[in-house]
This record gives sequence, structure tokens and C-alpha cells, in this order.
Amino acid sequence: MATSPKLDAKIPEGPLQEKWTRYRSTVPLVNPANKRNLEIIVVGTGLAGASAAASLAELGYKVKAFCFQDSARRAHSIAAQGGINAAKNYQNDGDSVYRLFYDTIKGGDYRAREANVYRLAEVSANIIDQCVAQGVPFAREYGGYLSNRSFGGTQVQRTFYAAGQTGQQLLLGAYSALMRQVALGQVQMFARHEMLNIVLIDGKARGIIARNLITGELERHFGHAVILASGGYGNVFYLSTNAMGSNATAIWKAHKKGAFFGNPCFTQIHPTCIPVSGDHQSKLTLMSESLRNDGRIWVPKKLEDAKAIREGRLNPNDIKEEDRDYYLERRYPAFGNLVPRDVASRAAKERCDAGYGVNATGEAVFLDFAYNLKYKYGMMEANRLGIKNPTEQQLKELGRPIVEEKYGNLFDMYKQITGVDPYENPMMIYPAVHYTMGGLWVDYNLMTTVPGLYALGEANFSDHGANRLGASALMQGLADGYFIIPYTIGAYLSNEIRTKPISTNHEAFVQAENEVKDQINRLMSIKGKHTVDHFHKRLGKIMWNKCGMSRNAKGLQEAIQEIRSLREEFWKDVKVPGTDKEFNPELEKAGRVADFLELAELMCIDALHRNESCGGHFREEYQTEDGEALRDDANFSYVAAWEFKELGNWELHKEELKFENIKVAQRSYK
Amino acid sequence: MAKGMFSYSIGKKLIMGLTGMFLILFLIVHCGINSLIFLNDGGETFNRAAEFMSHNWLMRTLEVGLFLGFILHIIQSLILTLENKKARKIGYAVSNANANSKWYSRSMGLLGTLILIFLILHLRHFWVVSRFTDHISSGEETLYDEMKEVFANPIVVIIYVLAQISLAYHLMHGFQSAFQTLGLNHKKYTPIIKKIGTIYAIIIPLLFALMPIVMYLGIVK
Amino acid sequence: MKITLKVWRQKNKQDAGHFETYQLDNVSPDMSFLEMFDVLNEKLISEGKEPVAFDHDCREGICGMCSMYINGRPHGPLRGVTTCQLHMRSFKDGDTIVVEPWRSTAFPVIKDLTVDRSAFDRIIQAGGYISVNTGSARDANNILVPKENADKAFLAAACIGCGACVAACKNASAMLFVAAKVSQFALLPQGQIERKQRVLNMVKKMDEEGFGNCTNTGACEAECPKGISLENIARMNREYICAALTSEK
Ligand SMILES: Cc1cc2nc3c(=O)[nH]c(=O)nc-3n(C[C@H](O)[C@H](O)[C@H](O)COP(=O)(O)OP(=O)(O)OC[C@H]3O[C@@H](n4cnc5c(N)ncnc54)[C@H](O)[C@@H]3O)c2cc1C
Ligand code: HEM
Ligand code: SF4
Ligand code: FES
Repeated sequence: MATSPKLDAKIPEGPLQEKWTRYRSTVPLVNPANKRNLEIIVVGTGLAGASAAASLAELGYKVKAFCFQDSARRAHSIAAQGGINAAKNYQNDGDSVYRLFYDTIKGGDYRAREANVYRLAEVSANIIDQCVAQGVPFAREYGGYLSNRSFGGTQVQRTFYAAGQTGQQLLLGAYSALMRQVALGQVQMFARHEMLNIVLIDGKARGIIARNLITGELERHFGHAVILASGGYGNVFYLSTNAMGSNATAIWKAHKKGAFFGNPCFTQIHPTCIPVSGDHQSKLTLMSESLRNDGRIWVPKKLEDAKAIREGRLNPNDIKEEDRDYYLERRYPAFGNLVPRDVASRAAKERCDAGYGVNATGEAVFLDFAYNLKYKYGMMEANRLGIKNPTEQQLKELGRPIVEEKYGNLFDMYKQITGVDPYENPMMIYPAVHYTMGGLWVDYNLMTTVPGLYALGEANFSDHGANRLGASALMQGLADGYFIIPYTIGAYLSNEIRTKPISTNHEAFVQAENEVKDQINRLMSIKGKHTVDHFHKRLGKIMWNKCGMSRNAKGLQEAIQEIRSLREEFWKDVKVPGTDKEFNPELEKAGRVADFLELAELMCIDALHRNESCGGHFREEYQTEDGEALRDDANFSYVAAWEFKELGNWELHKEELKFENIKVAQRSYK
Repeated sequence: MAKGMFSYSIGKKLIMGLTGMFLILFLIVHCGINSLIFLNDGGETFNRAAEFMSHNWLMRTLEVGLFLGFILHIIQSLILTLENKKARKIGYAVSNANANSKWYSRSMGLLGTLILIFLILHLRHFWVVSRFTDHISSGEETLYDEMKEVFANPIVVIIYVLAQISLAYHLMHGFQSAFQTLGLNHKKYTPIIKKIGTIYAIIIPLLFALMPIVMYLGIVK
Repeated sequence: MKITLKVWRQKNKQDAGHFETYQLDNVSPDMSFLEMFDVLNEKLISEGKEPVAFDHDCREGICGMCSMYINGRPHGPLRGVTTCQLHMRSFKDGDTIVVEPWRSTAFPVIKDLTVDRSAFDRIIQAGGYISVNTGSARDANNILVPKENADKAFLAAACIGCGACVAACKNASAMLFVAAKVSQFALLPQGQIERKQRVLNMVKKMDEEGFGNCTNTGACEAECPKGISLENIARMNREYICAALTSEK
């Protein structure tokens, strides 16, 4: 297989360990006086966008930052709970840059680019330094040193955290850096603005069209370069752990203007989410993966017990130890409950499909803390206090405060949502859509196939291959924004110092704006019968059933047809109330769903073409005898980058993945 | 010192807190001396104390401070209350503020105004008489006699008692609030301060309220 | 469950606004409060009426976007939860619920239940940061922080910027929000260098934005979904006094 000539990843020469260092010392620079004249547009103020906007402004560039929320601080990164990885080896447990690199490649089922991942692992340590300097209050030990925990798919403790609110604290750190630059006049902030189109002039990205969400006005903004850091597209499934507003619009519009879309079908289904409770459900809530450190996952061994629990006749606490099936510990003794997400999710689905599900819908398994609460933490405390032969009750009382300190906010959240107290009863969990590894294809510089257009964070096809390890998205977002783009964008902008700001009256701006106007007018004029949510929910069902946790060729082919006809129906029958010249959340949603309806098709096409199982992409036709994913390295060791031709017609380009520093192996967590 | 330190909200609050604390201290002295009437010795000890207070230069200076304190406290409270009204021009249709705070903590302006009305009356009754007439200096009448005279009127007694209730609630919040304003909040000490505040807010106004009552009823002669 | 909703409707900033009453017959106790509004909006749209505009995003109590004043209390009847985490099981069949936007001069209404909270951003811009450029940081474990302080700083930093404190306060004061940020940095060694200027600038900005003055009623703490403590306000007062007294400007 050869890499398509349209995909030059621009990986620097030299040994893996030296690529980034060499790159940094040789990349062309822009002198400070010129930086002042260069304008950069950053769409998105999540970890990736805020860190990029702040860092670029610190360097002296003129930055315009956009987000659709009312404040930059509310980007979806805020919701990340568990933690952020970094190869600091503070725990002296054998971590290193190479090991983080190795774990990430392996965790991603060998579908990520070596050079990028290695660089990510290299800069990971700087991220923690930067965040601590900003005043991010990470968890600490009594001696004042930083504390770590472990996460799925790894055997070292390299995850830094701030209780169950790591994303929040990191984002507030980046947000504060951003606000500082706003105060200094280096960044112009546009909150409640949604980017709706990209402007290309002579093939280069030169600006965006954004809608002021309060007034409904369309605005034209020029930039010498445009950075998209608009997050993931998990909401294509309607129900996901993403925020309600998370969307694909920014990257989708860019895709339609020439940016190739990488691995669109790689979706991460997170194993520990609160199960669906009814039709009214608008989103799913994640229970942090860190819970798997101390929670044990099980279903009853006997079908009749499972049935009795479903019907409410049996209390799970009454099931005897020997009648419980700790299926992850059984199947994967080496990693147990800490297997990677894709593996854990599929295992839960397998048990539920086999009839062992434990809630009314049959789609839930237990995540049980009783054991560790009593025998790990309770016993630890008993030993500390010198209590000999403690009773069960004593152990429970001793262990509870420790569990409370570690997971209190998560337990409260669970209780709030379900009305069940997880200190007394095991939690019920089920997998849910969580993260999209796919995104705009980017080269080593994080530039898309459109010159001057960059994609950062979850919006790019990323360093996570076919499956992302826990606590690595925060790392990637901040690596991209703080430490990579400030260097790599210079390589492009050093050639742009003579480009004068282009007037937004340029015909390219006019045309891009007209495209947006047309779409809005079309949406407003349909005046059909069904709401936007109606279509979104139906799309979600198709995607979850046929392009979700497990996929097969027949289902995917059906899905493509169903999506096409749903899309047609949408454009005939959607109902958008109000006008476009006012604050109109329904219109915003309509535009986003219109894009999801196109992206969904590409996801299915991608899933259909990839005749192998890898990471989060599980094709039922390709599995081992004991139900594990079966990769096909001979034929599919590539990134699928799709070029948009017209709706319903995409051209596939392949970027071959070469593994020179890592031995490709069957992923095993046994 | 930062320019305009007292013109920003925390600075203004600081003045409230400091003057409030000063007034609290004043009330202890005031209440202590007045409580001498409970000795029921025909006002002898009380008169002597009052005499001492009014002929002592230190007390005279403090009296000026006291007036300033009151005036500052009142002016500042007016400014605060007006500004705070402006911060929410359109109110809520339904408000269940009792679920999150005590009514008296939200009614400091009103309670203060009640106290102010009382204060004017109070000054008219005693301070003006003792300072600007020669009834007392001429020895024609003692302050104690003046008290008996004033408190013979049941309406005055009722007003005084009501004012003390206002004062009690004002202090129930104000005492601990002043500490918070000065930044004195501590896991261990704050609960103690709050307790002392409550005790103070009950005892002092109670003693004050008893004075007109016992006099009116003739328990103290 | 049957629920009667009285909802504030206001077309835009200029509109005077009024209440409208809606009836919902099929409310499930497992619904979140916002999911009930989704149902209401679906109904309104299908009846050809304008849906109610309200802010929301994460729907798991962390982004701070949702903001409804429910039956006289910000974020509704429960303590320690945001509107999006409130579930209908907290209400009774047949209840009438009155829903209003945050009311504060500094938070003008944009539409219906949506308000403009950009004043908070401007307060942060005035000093809610540590001035460190990317790349200049030293190794993280070179800065030691006593666990107790780190924990306290974290608890203060947990503020989600929702504005419920302002909404609850009879003076529409933003002291709790500002104090949370000032405290976070005052408690950490990293925050010491700009400590004095930070508190002076942020308090000044807070006043300029038109928030009221604190009278220590404690309503903010009681209604804060993240349990930000009044201790922080005391700490900010302390910080302010120290900074103002020693300032040379
Ligand atoms: C519940 C949950 C828990 C998670 N926990 C973890 C964890 O513990 N560890 C970990 O590493 N990762 C975690 N993740 C993943 C991680 O949080 C995200 O992948 C990451 O934060 C994405 O950051 P981002 O900057 O790319 O995008 P986001 O934070 O999603 O930001 C997107 C930004 O783009 C803006 N935007 C989007 N579209 C437009 C448009 N059209 N116009 C203008 N602006 C636009 C938005 O306003 C927003 O500012 C979690 C994710 C979820 C959902
Ligand atoms: C003997 C009389 C009084 C005493 C002992 C007293 C004491 C106090 C104290 C201790 C406070 C709290 C200060 C703080 O929170 O920092 C306070 C607040 C207040 N006082 Fe008074 N006060 C008295 C009279 C008055 C009068 C006459 C008025 C008004 C006309 C008034 C109006 C207020 C107001 C509005 C507040 C609210 C501010 C706040 O709570 O912070 N007070 N008072
Ligand atoms: S202090 Fe509490 S109520 Fe106020 S903005 Fe922060 S989280 Fe919301
Ligand atoms: S919607 Fe994010 S906190 Fe409620």
C-alpha cells in the first residue's frame, strides 16, 4: 500500500526521539514585529482552542477566538472528570516517554501515526508544569507533592487529577490565560458566536463566517490562518456524554471546502455511563473511568438471578459472591477491571446481549464498590487504627470516608440522577458514546489538507488511533494548543508576512456568506411538521444500532440508505420556529443536525470499507474465536482520509502507517 | 494605602463593620451604666456614674467619636442600601428567600431605620435635656428623675421596647456580620463568635427594654 | 405527573416581558428539569408557538450554563445542584412551578430565561489569572503546596460561574464568585506574586459591572450548587484590607 500523493504528513526526518527537537530548532520563525501584523482565527475555546489562542497571543499574534457558549469557560472540556496523563514518572513505577508512547499506540490498536504520538508523549510533562504554574489545583499528597492515579489500559500511575473535575480545572487554567490576553488586547473574544463557514482565497484558509447568536447577524472575519478546535462529533448519536451543543459544523464545513476527514468511523464508546432511563433522555452522563480503579464490574452468573433483578424481585446485595460473574476479571486477569474502554464496553454488551443485563431495559451491568470499600479501604483504616478482627459493619464505616474523599462528587451525581445511593447499592452502568477519534486529517504540523487551516484537539483525527486511552484527550488538547501549534504555525506564517489583511468585501467572503444565508433561508422556509430533535433522535437510533458498539456490513449498508432518506425528509419536513434575526436556539440546532445528517453517512461508509476490527471499530465479521477484535494489518494499516466530492460521494485516500519503533502485535490485556 | 480604598464595595463595608463594632462596644458601656438603675437605690449610683461620664474629658471626646460613628454608619448604610437596590432593578415575581437566609439579615436597612427613629426620640428625651437645658446641671432634677418622667408614658415605653426588638435583630445579624466583613472567619472561632453574637443580641436589648418597663411598672423606684 | 408552568417570556432585551402559563400532563419523575423544558418546547413548536429560550449545555452540572430561578430560588429547591441536575421527582403531581431568569442589573435578559453573564468574564479579565506565559514554567514538583491549602484552593476553584450567587443575593452581589477566584490564588504559592493587585483590580471591576454590595446574608453560599463557602468572602475581605492598606498606588 502506498500513501496517497495528496497526503503528505510532513514527518521530520531523523530518529523518532529526535524528530521534534530537531523540528523545533529548524522550523522557520516569524519575528516579533511581523507577528503583530498576522491575524489568527481560533474557533473553539476548549482545552485545545483556549490554550492555542492564549499561547499564540503571548507570542504576539493578533488572535480572534470564537465559541458558541456564553463564555469561553464553558467549552465541553469542562466536563472531563478523571484526569490527564503525563510521563513524569513521579511515582517511580517505570513510566517514561517511550512507555506513554507505547501505551498510546497499543491502546489505539496500532492505527495512529508514530511521530505524532511520540511528540505527544514528549510534551506531556510540560503540560503539567504549565498547568501547575497557572494555579491549577491538582490533587496532592501530604508532603505537598503531586498525586497520581491509574487509568484504563496502563499499568503505571501517570494520571494527574483534581478530584473528579480535572477537565474543569485545566480548562479554567487555559481560560484564565486566555482572559489575560483578552485584557491585554491581544485576543478579541467572540462568545455566543457560531462559525458557519470557512473562507478560502487562492486555496488558502483566510477567514470564517460566523453568526452572532444573539442578534442573528452574519459576520465576516479575516485571518492569515484559521484554527479549528471545535471538539468532537459524538452527538451524531443524539445520546452521548457530550454537551448538548457539541457539534460537527465547524469541521464539516471545512471538510466540504476541501479538508479531508480522517477515520470518521472511529468512535469511542465509554463503558461506565449511567444507563438510559426513558424516551425523554436528552444526554447520557459519564461516571468517570477512575471508578474502575475501585469498582468491580459484574453481572449475575445465573440467568434467573438476572431476570429476578430486572423485575425487581431480587436485591443485588443478596446475590452470593460465588453467584457473581466478574466477567472482566475472568476474561482479562492481567488488567481486570482496567482493560481499555473498547474492550470493557464490548464485554458489557456481550453479557447483556446474552441476557444477563440488570436493569429494566436489560442494558446495564453492576459497578460495585462494596468489596474495595470494605476490604481495601476499610481494612487499611482498621490496620492503621490497630483494630483487630473488625466486623463487616466496622469495615464499612471505616472505608466509607475514604471512598467519599476519592469519589464523593461522582457518587452524589449518580444519586442525583438515578435516585439510588451507590454507597448502599451497586451502581448500574452501561456503555455510551463518548469520544470521536476521527476528525479532520492533519499532518505533523496539525494542518489539514487546506493550506492555512489547522485542526486541534478532538476535532482532528488525532493521536489516538482506533481507541483513545483514558486521560489522554486532555493531554492531547493541551499539547496541541500550548506546545505544538505555537511552533508549527510559524512554519506557515513565516511565508505570509507579506500578505496584507484581506478585505472582508472580497468576493470569497461574500460568496461564503451567501452559502450560509442560503442554508439558513432554506431551513427557515421549510416550515414542516417535525422538530429538529425529532430528526436528531431518529438519526441517533440508526447510528447507535448500526454504526455503534458493533457493526456489520449489512447493517451499515442499511444505515446509509436510512440516513439518506432521513436527510431528505429533514429538508422537506423540519420545522424551525421564530426568525433568523434573533436569538434562536432551534435554528442553531437545525444547522448542526443538518451537518450530522451528512457526516453520519460518511461514518457508515468508512465503517463499511474498513473490513477489520480495531479499537472502537468492531466489525462482527472480523473477530477471534473468543470474541476479540481481529485486526488486518496487511490491508488496513492506514489512515482513511476522505475527500468530499459531492454529497453521497467521497474519495478515499490512504496514509500508510509505518511502525518502525514499536512491534505491532495482537493487542492483549489477558 | 490604595487610593479610594473606602470607595469600593469592600471598603464601604469595612466602614459599616468598623462603625458597627464601635457601636457595639458603646452599647456595652451604655447598657452597663444604665443597668445601675436595677440596684433600686433611687438612682443614686446611676446618677453618680452619669455625672462622672458627663464631666470627663475623655468621655466627651468619645462622645464626639460616637456621633461620628453613628453618622458614618447611617450614611454608609444609606449608600449601600440604595446601591444594592440599583443592582437589581427588576425584582422576582416569586421569591423564597427564607430558604437561603434569615429575614433579619435581609432587613438590616429597615431595622436600622427603626433604630434611627428611636434614636432621634431617645436623644430628644435625654441627651437634649441633659445637654441643652439646665434642668440637670442646675441640680433641679437628676437624669434618673428625667427617666422616670419619660417612662411614665406607656406609649414611649412601647416604642422603646419595640426599638430594642429591632436592635436585637439588627445585632443578631450585625454582630457576626461585622467579623465576616473584617475578614475574621475561622473554622473554630466563627461558631464561637456567632454564639457570643446571639447572646449579646439578646442580653443587651433585653436589659435596655427592661429599663422602661420596670420604671413604668414602678418596680424600680 | 401533571405540572403547571408559569414561565417568564421576553422577546429581547428591550421587551418588557410577561409570564405565560403552560400545562404539561405527561411529566415523568425521572426527567430532569431541562428535559421537561425540552418536552414543553416540542409542544410549543408543534402548536406553532415560540419555544422558551434557556441556556444549557453540559447537562451534568459542570459547565455553569443553565440558570433558572425556580419557585423563588436559583436552581430550584434542592441544595448543591444545578438546574440541569434537578429531577422532576423533587416536585409533586399537580405542582405549579414559576420559572424566572436570573435578575440582576449586571446580567441583562437576552431572551426569555437567557441572561448575559459576560460581566463575569470581564471580572476574570481584571485579574483572575496568574501571569505565566506558555513555556516558562519549571518542573511541577518544584512548587510544593501543603495538601490542606491545595484542597481549599480546589474547593474554591470548583466554582462553575453560573451566577446563582448573584441571583440569590438580595443585593445581586457577586462577592462569592469573585472571592472564589481570589481565594484560589491567595491559597497557592503560585498566586502570591500578583496577590495584592489581583484583589484590588477584581473588586474594582466587580463594582464597575454594577453588582451590589455584600451584606453577609449567606444566601449565596446556601444556593451555590458547588458549595463555595462564605469563608472565601472573608478571605477576600482580608486580602482586600491588606492589599489596600499596604498599596503604594
Ligand atoms: C463527560 C466527559 C468526560 C471526559 N473525561 C476525560 C478525562 O477524564 N480525561 C481525558 O483526557 N479526556 C476526557 N474526555 C474527553 C475530553 O474532555 C475532550 O476530548 C476534550 O476536552 C476536547 O477538547 P477540545 O478543546 O478539543 O474541544 P471542546 O472542549 O469540546 O471545545 C470545543 C469548542 O469549540 C467551540 N465550537 C464548536 N463548534 C463551534 C462553531 N461551529 N463555532 C464556534 N465555536 C464552536 C465550542 O464553543 C467550544 O468552545 C471526556 C469527555 C467527556 C464528554
Ligand atoms: C446602636 C445602634 C447600632 C448598632 C450597634 C449597629 C450595629 C451594626 C453592625 C454590627 C452591623 C454589621 C456590619 C457589617 O456587617 O460589617 C450593622 C449593619 C448595618 N446597620 Fe447598624 N447598627 C446600629 C444602628 C444602625 C442605624 C441607626 C442604622 C440605619 C439607619 C443602621 C443600618 C445598618 C445597615 C443598613 C446595616 C447593613 C449592612 C450590613 O449588614 O453589612 N444601623 N449595624
Ligand atoms: S460561587 Fe457558586 S453560585 Fe456563584 S457562580 Fe460560582 S458556582 Fe455559581
Ligand atoms: S447545563 Fe451545564 S451546568 Fe447545567
